[in-house]
Amino acid sequence: MIAILGIKLGDPAAWVFLAFAAVTCASALVVAASRNIIYSAYALLLTFFGVAGLYAFLDADFIAAAQLLVYVGGILVLILFGVMLTHKIREIKLSNETTNPIVGAAIAGFVFLALAYVSLYTNWDVVDRPASPTTGEIGKAFVGKYLLPFEASSVLLLGALIGAAYLARRDKEKA
Amino acid sequence: MPVANLEWFLLIGAFLFATGVFTILTRKNAVSVLMGVELVLNSANINLVAFSRFVKAPPTLGPTSIEFPLQGEAAHHVYGAAWIGGNVFAAFVIILAAAEAAVALAIILGIYRNLGDVDVDEVTAMKG
Repeated sequence: MIAILGIKLGDPAAWVFLAFAAVTCASALVVAASRNIIYSAYALLLTFFGVAGLYAFLDADFIAAAQLLVYVGGILVLILFGVMLTHKIREIKLSNETTNPIVGAAIAGFVFLALAYVSLYTNWDVVDRPASPTTGEIGKAFVGKYLLPFEASSVLLLGALIGAAYLARRDKEKA
Repeated sequence: MPVANLEWFLLIGAFLFATGVFTILTRKNAVSVLMGVELVLNSANINLVAFSRFVKAPPTLGPTSIEFPLQGEAAHHVYGAAWIGGNVFAAFVIILAAAEAAVALAIILGIYRNLGDVDVDEVTAMKG
């Protein structure tokens, strides 16, 4: 199977890629299966790092840096805040119960098998393109072809910021 | 070309998607459900970037009469924003994920204030 997927095992970079892939998948499994929500949150940190490494292997330098900045630096800290603020820290056990794990595993396994089948048996129109830096091209696309979605997303971020601050504040005492 | 084929990245994306779906379906804690959503978004992003790197842009996204080894200025001139489209879309997904995480956590904190718990099974009323 490894030979079919065309990875060059003589190349040290291939081993680094396999390490990133293994870290990503194993930590995603920990996120899904851990009994302790703190372990899940820190496993999610490893998953985000692994995905950033995969972006680097796809020559997507800007997306890899954005992944580290936004996911690891922002979203993961938010999730950890969420974990800490919604549990009584004095309790030693931060429980993370699951319901219907067998049904969930069956559905997830079916989804994985379907996606894997499509991935492996579709004749993708792969083109041999040399790697080139993407940051400048993404910038041009943002202020050119994708200007309207870019501006709309900036308005969305403003709205989400104000809405989150409004929802999360404590109700003022009525004087 | 990168060290691994397109199929590797698609399989890793499929695996992350499946673990995210499992997390969303089976967790009772709302913060854990949010982690599952983040896994699903990451898997979609891997697929977008991988297709942007490997697959030829369809004709509707730009002219295909000239072959791909063009890059930099020349590629931008000939293909417009076509070959970078997947990367741009991944950046939009990251933006949306940030907004979604902020609003979702604000809602979760509101639920915790009102109910004293973040069990998604107990959130049954829309009205506070």
